[in-house]
Amino acid sequence: MSGRPTEPQPLHLEPIVPMASFASLLERHDMLPSWEGARRQDLEVSEGTTVLALRYNEGVVMAGDRRATAGNVIAHKRVQKVFAADAYSAVAISGTAGMAVELIKLFQTELEHYEKIEGTRLSLEGKANFLARLVRNHLPLAFQGLAVVPLFCGYDEVKEAGMLYTFDVVGGRYEEEDYAATGSGGAEAKSFLKASYRSGIGEEEALRLAVEALVAAAEEDTATGGPDVRRGIMPNVVTVTATGFAEISEERLATIATAVLEARP
Amino acid sequence: MMPFYVPPEQLIKDRADFARKGIAYGRSIVALEYVDGVLLIGANPSSSLHKLGEIYDRIAFAGVGRFNEFETLRVAGIRYADLKGYSYGRGDVTGKGLANAYSQTIGQIFTHEVKPYEVEVIVAEVGDSTQETSLFRVQFDGTMRTEESHAAIGGKDEDLAARLGESHQPDVPLQVALETAMAAIEAVEERAATPGEWEAAVLDRTLGRRKFRRLDRAEIEAARAGD
Repeated sequence: MSGRPTEPQPLHLEPIVPMASFASLLERHDMLPSWEGARRQDLEVSEGTTVLALRYNEGVVMAGDRRATAGNVIAHKRVQKVFAADAYSAVAISGTAGMAVELIKLFQTELEHYEKIEGTRLSLEGKANFLARLVRNHLPLAFQGLAVVPLFCGYDEVKEAGMLYTFDVVGGRYEEEDYAATGSGGAEAKSFLKASYRSGIGEEEALRLAVEALVAAAEEDTATGGPDVRRGIMPNVVTVTATGFAEISEERLATIATAVLEARP
Repeated sequence: MMPFYVPPEQLIKDRADFARKGIAYGRSIVALEYVDGVLLIGANPSSSLHKLGEIYDRIAFAGVGRFNEFETLRVAGIRYADLKGYSYGRGDVTGKGLANAYSQTIGQIFTHEVKPYEVEVIVAEVGDSTQETSLFRVQFDGTMRTEESHAAIGGKDEDLAARLGESHQPDVPLQVALETAMAAIEAVEERAATPGEWEAAVLDRTLGRRKFRRLDRAEIEAARAGD
Protein backbone atom coordinates (compact mmCIF):
# COMPACT_ATOMS: atom_id res chain seq x y z
CA MET A 1 0.00 0.00 0.00
CA SER A 2 1.47 3.36 -0.94
CA GLY A 3 1.28 6.25 1.47
CA ARG A 4 -1.82 7.51 3.18
CA PRO A 5 -5.29 7.77 1.70
CA THR A 6 -6.02 11.21 0.27
CA GLU A 7 -9.18 11.63 2.31
CA PRO A 8 -9.90 10.16 5.70
CA GLN A 9 -11.51 6.76 5.30
CA PRO A 10 -13.42 5.31 8.21
CA LEU A 11 -12.22 1.79 7.50
CA HIS A 12 -9.02 0.29 6.13
CA LEU A 13 -10.14 -1.82 3.20
CA GLU A 14 -6.71 -2.72 1.85
CA PRO A 15 -6.56 -6.35 0.79
CA ILE A 16 -4.66 -8.66 3.11
CA VAL A 17 -1.01 -8.88 2.14
CA PRO A 18 1.49 -11.17 3.85
CA MET A 19 2.84 -9.63 7.03
CA ALA A 20 -0.10 -7.23 7.18
CA SER A 21 0.07 -7.63 10.91
CA PHE A 22 -1.19 -5.29 13.57
CA ALA A 23 2.34 -3.93 14.04
CA SER A 24 2.55 -2.98 10.36
CA LEU A 25 -0.90 -1.42 10.59
CA LEU A 26 0.44 0.78 13.38
CA GLU A 27 3.50 1.56 11.31
CA ARG A 28 1.38 2.77 8.40
CA HIS A 29 -0.33 5.17 10.76
CA ASP A 30 2.90 6.32 12.41
CA MET A 31 1.58 4.89 15.63
CA LEU A 32 4.34 2.43 16.53
CA PRO A 33 5.58 3.21 20.02
CA SER A 34 8.81 5.13 19.73
CA TRP A 35 11.33 6.40 22.24
CA GLU A 36 13.73 7.85 19.72
CA GLY A 37 16.72 9.59 21.26
CA ALA A 38 16.15 8.31 24.78
CA ARG A 39 19.35 7.54 26.69
CA ARG A 40 19.61 5.76 29.98
CA GLN A 41 22.13 8.15 31.54
CA ASP A 42 19.78 11.14 31.21
CA LEU A 43 16.89 9.45 32.96
CA GLU A 44 15.74 7.78 36.09
CA VAL A 45 13.38 5.16 34.69
CA SER A 46 11.62 2.33 36.46
CA GLU A 47 13.10 -1.09 35.91
CA GLY A 48 11.58 -4.49 36.48
CA THR A 49 13.73 -7.18 37.98
CA THR A 50 13.42 -10.95 38.48
CA VAL A 51 11.19 -13.15 36.33
CA LEU A 52 11.50 -16.90 35.85
CA ALA A 53 9.79 -19.91 34.34
CA LEU A 54 10.10 -23.66 34.71
CA ARG A 55 8.57 -26.76 33.19
CA TYR A 56 6.60 -29.33 35.15
CA ASN A 57 4.66 -32.45 34.22
CA GLU A 58 1.50 -30.58 33.06
CA GLY A 59 3.06 -27.53 31.42
CA VAL A 60 4.90 -24.41 32.53
CA VAL A 61 4.97 -22.17 35.60
CA MET A 62 5.98 -18.54 35.22
CA ALA A 63 6.64 -16.17 38.09
CA GLY A 64 7.82 -12.64 38.70
CA ASP A 65 8.44 -10.41 41.70
CA ARG A 66 6.47 -7.16 42.11
CA ARG A 67 9.17 -4.52 42.62
CA ALA A 68 10.18 -1.81 40.16
CA THR A 69 13.22 0.34 40.94
CA ALA A 70 14.46 3.68 39.64
CA GLY A 71 18.11 3.96 40.61
CA ASN A 72 18.25 3.10 44.28
CA VAL A 73 14.62 4.06 44.89
CA ILE A 74 11.81 1.50 45.01
CA ALA A 75 9.49 3.10 42.46
CA HIS A 76 6.57 0.68 42.66
CA LYS A 77 5.75 -2.14 45.05
CA ARG A 78 2.98 -3.89 43.16
CA VAL A 79 4.04 -4.00 39.52
CA GLN A 80 2.72 -6.77 37.32
CA LYS A 81 5.48 -8.41 35.28
CA VAL A 82 3.81 -11.64 34.18
CA PHE A 83 1.01 -11.41 31.62
CA ALA A 84 -1.19 -13.69 29.54
CA ALA A 85 -0.02 -13.32 25.94
CA ASP A 86 -3.10 -15.23 24.76
CA ALA A 87 -5.15 -18.19 26.00
CA TYR A 88 -2.20 -20.62 25.68
CA SER A 89 0.90 -18.58 26.43
CA ALA A 90 2.39 -16.18 28.96
CA VAL A 91 5.05 -13.53 28.76
CA ALA A 92 7.14 -11.91 31.47
CA ILE A 93 9.36 -8.86 31.30
CA SER A 94 12.48 -7.51 32.84
CA GLY A 95 14.24 -4.29 31.97
CA THR A 96 12.90 -0.78 31.43
CA ALA A 97 9.34 -1.12 32.74
CA GLY A 98 7.49 1.49 30.67
CA MET A 99 8.81 0.17 27.39
CA ALA A 100 8.35 -3.44 28.37
CA VAL A 101 4.69 -2.88 29.22
CA GLU A 102 4.09 -1.20 25.86
CA LEU A 103 5.88 -4.04 24.09
CA ILE A 104 3.65 -6.58 25.80
CA LYS A 105 0.50 -4.68 24.92
CA LEU A 106 1.60 -4.70 21.29
CA PHE A 107 2.43 -8.40 21.47
CA GLN A 108 -0.95 -9.29 23.01
CA THR A 109 -2.84 -7.21 20.45
CA GLU A 110 -0.88 -8.78 17.61
CA LEU A 111 -1.69 -12.34 18.72
CA GLU A 112 -5.39 -11.58 19.08
CA HIS A 113 -5.44 -9.66 15.79
CA TYR A 114 -3.90 -12.60 13.96
CA GLU A 115 -6.25 -15.08 15.60
CA LYS A 116 -9.35 -13.09 14.66
CA ILE A 117 -8.32 -12.44 11.07
CA GLU A 118 -6.98 -15.91 10.26
CA GLY A 119 -9.43 -17.86 12.41
CA THR A 120 -6.58 -19.84 14.03
CA ARG A 121 -3.97 -19.07 16.64
CA LEU A 122 -0.34 -18.60 15.65
CA SER A 123 1.83 -21.62 16.43
CA LEU A 124 3.80 -21.30 19.65
CA GLU A 125 7.01 -21.00 17.65
CA GLY A 126 5.39 -18.31 15.50
CA LYS A 127 4.52 -16.33 18.60
CA ALA A 128 8.08 -16.64 19.93
CA ASN A 129 9.52 -15.54 16.59
CA PHE A 130 7.27 -12.51 16.46
CA LEU A 131 8.30 -11.53 19.99
CA ALA A 132 11.94 -11.89 18.96
CA ARG A 133 11.27 -9.43 16.14
CA LEU A 134 9.81 -6.90 18.57
CA VAL A 135 12.89 -7.23 20.79
CA ARG A 136 15.18 -6.86 17.76
CA ASN A 137 13.41 -3.65 16.71
CA HIS A 138 14.17 -2.37 20.16
CA LEU A 139 17.92 -2.90 19.77
CA PRO A 140 18.96 0.76 19.22
CA LEU A 141 17.54 1.59 22.65
CA ALA A 142 19.26 -1.38 24.24
CA PHE A 143 22.56 0.19 23.14
CA GLN A 144 21.51 3.32 25.03
CA GLY A 145 20.96 1.36 28.21
CA LEU A 146 17.21 0.89 27.85
CA ALA A 147 16.99 -2.85 27.30
CA VAL A 148 13.85 -4.95 27.35
CA VAL A 149 14.32 -8.69 27.73
CA PRO A 150 11.20 -10.86 27.85
CA LEU A 151 10.68 -14.44 28.85
CA PHE A 152 8.06 -16.38 26.93
CA CYS A 153 6.36 -19.68 27.65
CA GLY A 154 3.31 -21.53 26.47
CA TYR A 155 1.62 -24.79 25.80
CA ASP A 156 2.31 -26.13 22.31
CA GLU A 157 -1.06 -27.46 21.15
CA VAL A 158 0.62 -29.56 18.42
CA LYS A 159 3.50 -31.04 20.43
CA GLU A 160 1.27 -31.22 23.53
CA ALA A 161 4.02 -29.95 25.78
CA GLY A 162 4.95 -26.86 27.72
CA MET A 163 7.71 -24.85 26.03
CA LEU A 164 10.06 -22.16 27.26
CA TYR A 165 11.84 -19.42 25.32
CA THR A 166 14.44 -16.87 26.34
CA PHE A 167 15.67 -13.88 24.36
CA ASP A 168 18.66 -11.61 24.28
CA VAL A 169 18.74 -7.89 23.49
CA VAL A 170 19.60 -8.45 19.80
CA GLY A 171 16.46 -10.55 19.32
CA GLY A 172 18.08 -13.94 19.62
CA ARG A 173 15.49 -16.55 20.55
CA TYR A 174 16.48 -19.66 22.48
CA GLU A 175 14.43 -22.68 23.44
CA GLU A 176 15.11 -23.75 27.02
CA GLU A 177 14.86 -27.28 28.39
CA ASP A 178 13.85 -27.04 32.05
CA TYR A 179 13.95 -23.55 33.52
CA ALA A 180 14.97 -19.99 32.73
CA ALA A 181 15.28 -16.69 34.57
CA THR A 182 16.14 -13.14 33.63
CA GLY A 183 16.51 -9.70 35.21
CA SER A 184 18.90 -8.39 37.86
CA GLY A 185 18.11 -11.26 40.23
CA GLY A 186 17.94 -13.76 37.37
CA ALA A 187 21.39 -15.25 37.96
CA GLU A 188 20.59 -15.94 41.60
CA ALA A 189 17.20 -17.47 40.72
CA LYS A 190 18.83 -19.61 38.06
CA SER A 191 21.52 -20.98 40.36
CA PHE A 192 18.82 -21.81 42.91
CA LEU A 193 16.80 -23.64 40.25
CA LYS A 194 19.91 -25.42 39.01
CA ALA A 195 20.43 -26.92 42.46
CA SER A 196 16.78 -27.73 43.20
CA TYR A 197 15.09 -28.52 39.90
CA ARG A 198 14.06 -32.05 38.97
CA SER A 199 12.20 -32.93 35.79
CA GLY A 200 8.70 -34.37 35.96
CA ILE A 201 7.65 -32.54 39.15
CA GLY A 202 3.97 -31.83 39.84
CA GLU A 203 2.18 -28.49 40.04
CA GLU A 204 2.39 -28.04 43.82
CA GLU A 205 6.15 -28.61 43.82
CA ALA A 206 6.68 -26.42 40.75
CA LEU A 207 4.82 -23.50 42.37
CA ARG A 208 6.84 -23.84 45.55
CA LEU A 209 10.08 -23.97 43.58
CA ALA A 210 9.14 -20.81 41.66
CA VAL A 211 8.39 -18.89 44.88
CA GLU A 212 11.56 -20.21 46.56
CA ALA A 213 13.67 -19.08 43.60
CA LEU A 214 12.18 -15.58 43.86
CA VAL A 215 12.89 -15.50 47.59
CA ALA A 216 16.47 -16.60 46.91
CA ALA A 217 16.84 -13.83 44.31
CA ALA A 218 15.35 -11.20 46.63
CA GLU A 219 17.82 -12.11 49.37
CA GLU A 220 20.80 -11.33 47.15
CA ASP A 221 19.41 -8.60 44.87
CA THR A 222 18.04 -5.35 46.29
CA ALA A 223 16.10 -4.66 43.10
CA THR A 224 14.01 -7.81 43.56
CA GLY A 225 11.14 -7.75 46.04
CA GLY A 226 10.40 -11.00 47.85
CA PRO A 227 6.91 -11.98 49.03
CA ASP A 228 5.71 -9.56 51.71
CA VAL A 229 3.25 -11.51 53.83
CA ARG A 230 2.59 -8.60 56.20
CA ARG A 231 1.57 -6.18 53.44
CA GLY A 232 0.03 -8.93 51.33
CA ILE A 233 2.34 -8.37 48.37
CA MET A 234 2.59 -11.71 46.58
CA PRO A 235 4.55 -12.50 43.43
CA ASN A 236 2.69 -12.94 40.14
CA VAL A 237 2.56 -16.66 39.41
CA VAL A 238 0.78 -18.25 36.46
CA THR A 239 0.59 -21.65 34.82
CA VAL A 240 0.05 -22.63 31.19
CA THR A 241 -1.19 -26.18 30.58
CA ALA A 242 -3.34 -28.12 28.11
CA THR A 243 -6.37 -26.27 29.53
CA GLY A 244 -4.70 -22.91 28.94
CA PHE A 245 -3.46 -19.93 30.92
CA ALA A 246 -4.35 -19.74 34.61
CA GLU A 247 -3.42 -17.29 37.33
CA ILE A 248 -2.58 -18.66 40.78
CA SER A 249 -4.67 -16.95 43.46
CA GLU A 250 -3.09 -14.65 46.04
CA GLU A 251 -4.46 -16.82 48.88
CA ARG A 252 -2.75 -19.92 47.53
CA LEU A 253 0.48 -17.98 47.01
CA ALA A 254 0.32 -16.57 50.54
CA THR A 255 0.17 -20.14 51.91
CA ILE A 256 3.13 -21.21 49.75
CA ALA A 257 5.14 -18.07 50.56
CA THR A 258 4.58 -18.43 54.31
CA ALA A 259 5.79 -22.04 54.17
CA VAL A 260 8.79 -21.09 52.06
CA LEU A 261 9.82 -18.18 54.29
CA GLU A 262 9.52 -20.33 57.43
CA ALA A 263 11.68 -23.06 55.92
CA ARG A 264 14.43 -20.66 54.77
CA PRO A 265 17.66 -21.04 56.73
CA MET B 1 -17.39 10.38 -19.37
CA MET B 2 -20.93 9.24 -19.86
CA PRO B 3 -22.29 9.30 -23.35
CA PHE B 4 -25.83 10.07 -22.28
CA TYR B 5 -27.35 11.90 -19.37
CA VAL B 6 -28.60 9.51 -16.68
CA PRO B 7 -30.71 11.12 -13.96
CA PRO B 8 -29.38 10.43 -10.46
CA GLU B 9 -32.65 8.76 -9.43
CA GLN B 10 -32.20 6.24 -12.22
CA LEU B 11 -28.52 5.72 -11.36
CA ILE B 12 -29.28 5.02 -7.71
CA LYS B 13 -32.19 2.76 -8.59
CA ASP B 14 -30.09 0.72 -11.03
CA ARG B 15 -27.33 0.29 -8.47
CA ALA B 16 -29.77 -0.62 -5.71
CA ASP B 17 -31.53 -3.18 -7.93
CA PHE B 18 -28.19 -4.68 -8.86
CA ALA B 19 -27.03 -4.99 -5.25
CA ARG B 20 -30.40 -6.23 -4.00
CA LYS B 21 -30.45 -9.00 -6.59
CA GLY B 22 -26.99 -10.22 -5.58
CA ILE B 23 -27.89 -10.24 -1.89
CA ALA B 24 -31.29 -11.93 -2.29
CA TYR B 25 -29.61 -14.78 -4.15
CA GLY B 26 -27.67 -15.88 -1.06
CA ARG B 27 -28.92 -17.51 2.11
CA SER B 28 -29.99 -15.66 5.23
CA ILE B 29 -28.36 -15.03 8.57
CA VAL B 30 -30.25 -14.09 11.70
CA ALA B 31 -29.17 -12.57 14.98
CA LEU B 32 -31.36 -13.34 17.98
CA GLU B 33 -31.12 -12.20 21.55
CA TYR B 34 -31.34 -14.97 24.12
CA VAL B 35 -31.04 -14.96 27.89
CA ASP B 36 -27.20 -14.81 28.04
CA GLY B 37 -26.50 -12.70 24.96
CA VAL B 38 -26.85 -12.89 21.20
CA LEU B 39 -27.06 -15.89 18.88
CA LEU B 40 -25.93 -15.58 15.26
CA ILE B 41 -26.87 -18.35 12.86
CA GLY B 42 -27.24 -19.11 9.18
CA ALA B 43 -26.95 -21.98 6.73
CA ASN B 44 -23.44 -22.18 5.33
CA PRO B 45 -22.44 -25.22 3.28
CA SER B 46 -18.75 -24.36 3.67
CA SER B 47 -17.14 -25.20 6.99
CA SER B 48 -14.05 -23.09 6.35
CA LEU B 49 -15.40 -19.91 4.73
CA HIS B 50 -17.10 -18.20 7.63
CA LYS B 51 -19.94 -15.70 7.44
CA LEU B 52 -19.76 -14.96 11.16
CA GLY B 53 -16.75 -13.63 13.00
CA GLU B 54 -15.35 -12.11 16.15
CA ILE B 55 -14.50 -8.41 15.95
CA TYR B 56 -13.69 -7.42 19.51
CA ASP B 57 -14.42 -8.37 23.11
CA ARG B 58 -18.19 -7.85 22.95
CA ILE B 59 -18.70 -7.36 19.23
CA ALA B 60 -19.44 -9.85 16.46
CA PHE B 61 -19.92 -9.58 12.71
CA ALA B 62 -22.19 -11.36 10.24
CA GLY B 63 -22.19 -10.81 6.50
CA VAL B 64 -24.19 -12.02 3.51
CA GLY B 65 -23.69 -11.51 -0.22
CA ARG B 66 -20.36 -11.73 -1.99
CA PHE B 67 -17.82 -13.53 0.16
CA ASN B 68 -14.78 -11.48 -0.86
CA GLU B 69 -16.63 -8.23 -0.19
CA PHE B 70 -17.94 -9.00 3.28
CA GLU B 71 -14.65 -10.68 4.14
CA THR B 72 -12.89 -7.39 3.30
CA LEU B 73 -15.35 -5.62 5.60
CA ARG B 74 -14.84 -8.15 8.39
CA VAL B 75 -11.05 -7.72 8.30
CA ALA B 76 -11.41 -3.93 8.10
CA GLY B 77 -13.66 -4.08 11.16
CA ILE B 78 -11.03 -6.00 13.14
CA ARG B 79 -8.41 -3.46 12.11
CA TYR B 80 -10.67 -0.60 13.15
CA ALA B 81 -11.44 -2.18 16.53
CA ASP B 82 -7.91 -3.29 17.40
CA LEU B 83 -6.44 0.07 16.41
CA LYS B 84 -9.00 1.97 18.46
CA GLY B 85 -8.69 -0.31 21.48
CA TYR B 86 -4.90 -0.11 21.36
CA SER B 87 -4.86 3.70 21.09
CA TYR B 88 -7.49 4.40 23.73
CA GLY B 89 -9.01 1.70 25.94
CA ARG B 90 -10.79 -1.58 25.34
CA GLY B 91 -14.07 -0.10 26.58
CA ASP B 92 -13.94 2.62 23.93
CA VAL B 93 -14.56 0.16 21.11
CA THR B 94 -18.33 0.09 20.61
CA GLY B 95 -20.70 -1.64 18.24
CA LYS B 96 -22.24 1.70 17.38
CA GLY B 97 -18.89 3.14 16.33
CA LEU B 98 -18.14 0.13 14.16
CA ALA B 99 -21.59 0.07 12.57
CA ASN B 100 -21.17 3.75 11.76
CA ALA B 101 -17.82 3.11 10.11
CA TYR B 102 -19.38 0.32 8.03
CA SER B 103 -22.27 2.58 7.11
CA GLN B 104 -19.91 5.37 5.95
CA THR B 105 -17.68 3.04 3.99
CA ILE B 106 -20.40 0.99 2.31
CA GLY B 107 -22.33 4.19 1.51
CA GLN B 108 -19.27 5.74 -0.09
CA ILE B 109 -18.63 2.63 -2.17
CA PHE B 110 -22.29 2.55 -3.26
CA THR B 111 -22.12 6.02 -4.81
CA HIS B 112 -18.45 6.35 -5.79
CA GLU B 113 -17.21 2.99 -6.99
CA VAL B 114 -17.82 1.33 -10.36
CA LYS B 115 -19.78 -1.45 -8.73
CA PRO B 116 -21.56 -1.26 -5.37
CA TYR B 117 -20.85 -3.91 -2.73
CA GLU B 118 -23.44 -6.70 -2.88
CA VAL B 119 -23.41 -7.18 0.87
CA GLU B 120 -25.38 -6.65 4.01
CA VAL B 121 -23.90 -6.91 7.47
CA ILE B 122 -24.98 -7.22 11.09
CA VAL B 123 -22.93 -5.79 13.94
CA ALA B 124 -23.97 -7.31 17.26
CA GLU B 125 -22.79 -6.08 20.62
CA VAL B 126 -23.59 -7.84 23.88
CA GLY B 127 -23.96 -5.75 27.03
CA ASP B 128 -24.26 -6.70 30.68
CA SER B 129 -28.03 -6.76 30.28
CA THR B 130 -30.61 -7.00 27.50
CA GLN B 131 -31.05 -3.21 27.60
CA GLU B 132 -27.37 -2.71 26.83
CA THR B 133 -27.30 -5.21 23.97
CA SER B 134 -27.51 -3.79 20.47
CA LEU B 135 -28.02 -5.12 16.97
CA PHE B 136 -27.13 -2.95 13.97
CA ARG B 137 -27.89 -3.78 10.39
CA VAL B 138 -26.06 -2.04 7.55
CA GLN B 139 -27.41 -2.37 4.02
CA PHE B 140 -25.68 -2.27 0.61
CA ASP B 141 -26.21 1.51 0.26
CA GLY B 142 -24.95 2.32 3.73
CA THR B 143 -28.36 2.58 5.37
CA MET B 144 -27.97 1.73 9.03
CA ARG B 145 -30.75 0.47 11.26
CA THR B 146 -30.93 -0.61 14.84
CA GLU B 147 -32.99 -3.71 15.52
CA GLU B 148 -34.69 -4.90 18.68
CA SER B 149 -34.28 -8.51 19.86
CA HIS B 150 -33.74 -9.94 16.36
CA ALA B 151 -32.32 -9.03 12.93
CA ALA B 152 -32.22 -10.83 9.59
CA ILE B 153 -30.12 -10.23 6.48
CA GLY B 154 -29.85 -11.87 3.06
CA GLY B 155 -32.30 -14.05 1.13
CA LYS B 156 -35.89 -13.37 2.10
CA ASP B 157 -34.89 -11.22 5.03
CA GLU B 158 -38.26 -9.48 5.42
CA ASP B 159 -40.23 -12.74 5.61
CA LEU B 160 -37.72 -14.07 8.07
CA ALA B 161 -37.89 -10.97 10.28
CA ALA B 162 -41.70 -11.15 10.28
CA ARG B 163 -41.64 -14.81 11.26
CA LEU B 164 -39.14 -14.21 14.06
CA GLY B 165 -41.25 -11.31 15.29
CA GLU B 166 -44.04 -13.82 15.94
CA SER B 167 -42.05 -16.77 17.26
CA HIS B 168 -39.10 -15.29 19.15
CA GLN B 169 -38.76 -14.13 22.76
CA PRO B 170 -35.48 -12.49 23.83
CA ASP B 171 -35.36 -14.12 27.28
CA VAL B 172 -35.27 -17.77 26.20
CA PRO B 173 -32.33 -20.16 26.77
CA LEU B 174 -29.85 -20.80 23.95
CA GLN B 175 -31.36 -24.16 22.93
CA VAL B 176 -34.76 -22.57 22.35
CA ALA B 177 -33.31 -19.62 20.42
CA LEU B 178 -31.34 -22.05 18.23
CA GLU B 179 -34.40 -24.11 17.44
CA THR B 180 -36.53 -21.02 16.74
CA ALA B 181 -33.89 -19.63 14.39
CA MET B 182 -33.36 -22.89 12.49
CA ALA B 183 -37.10 -23.50 12.14
CA ALA B 184 -37.66 -19.95 10.84
CA ILE B 185 -34.83 -20.12 8.32
CA GLU B 186 -35.92 -23.53 7.03
CA ALA B 187 -39.51 -22.42 6.69
CA VAL B 188 -38.62 -19.25 4.76
CA GLU B 189 -35.97 -20.88 2.57
CA GLU B 190 -38.27 -23.86 2.02
CA ARG B 191 -35.53 -26.40 2.51
CA ALA B 192 -34.12 -28.37 5.42
CA ALA B 193 -30.48 -28.16 6.45
CA THR B 194 -28.36 -30.92 7.98
CA PRO B 195 -26.59 -30.16 11.30
CA GLY B 196 -23.27 -29.86 9.45
CA GLU B 197 -24.66 -27.13 7.21
CA TRP B 198 -25.29 -24.61 9.99
CA GLU B 199 -22.81 -22.02 11.06
CA ALA B 200 -23.59 -20.60 14.48
CA ALA B 201 -21.86 -18.50 17.11
CA VAL B 202 -22.81 -16.64 20.25
CA LEU B 203 -21.80 -13.53 22.13
CA ASP B 204 -22.16 -14.91 25.63
CA ARG B 205 -22.02 -12.32 28.43
CA THR B 206 -21.13 -15.03 30.97
CA LEU B 207 -17.76 -15.64 29.26
CA GLY B 208 -14.55 -13.76 30.18
CA ARG B 209 -13.20 -10.76 28.29
CA ARG B 210 -13.81 -12.24 24.84
CA LYS B 211 -17.51 -13.05 24.60
CA PHE B 212 -17.49 -14.62 21.14
CA ARG B 213 -17.74 -18.39 20.84
CA ARG B 214 -18.49 -20.63 17.87
CA LEU B 215 -21.04 -23.38 18.46
CA ASP B 216 -19.93 -26.84 17.44
CA ARG B 217 -21.98 -29.39 15.58
CA ALA B 218 -22.88 -31.32 18.72
CA GLU B 219 -24.54 -28.25 20.26
CA ILE B 220 -26.57 -27.66 17.11
CA GLU B 221 -27.58 -31.32 16.96
CA ALA B 222 -28.61 -31.21 20.62
CA ALA B 223 -30.95 -28.30 19.92
CA ARG B 224 -32.51 -30.25 17.06
CA ALA B 225 -32.99 -33.30 19.21
CA GLY B 226 -34.65 -31.19 21.90
CA ASP B 227 -37.86 -30.55 19.97
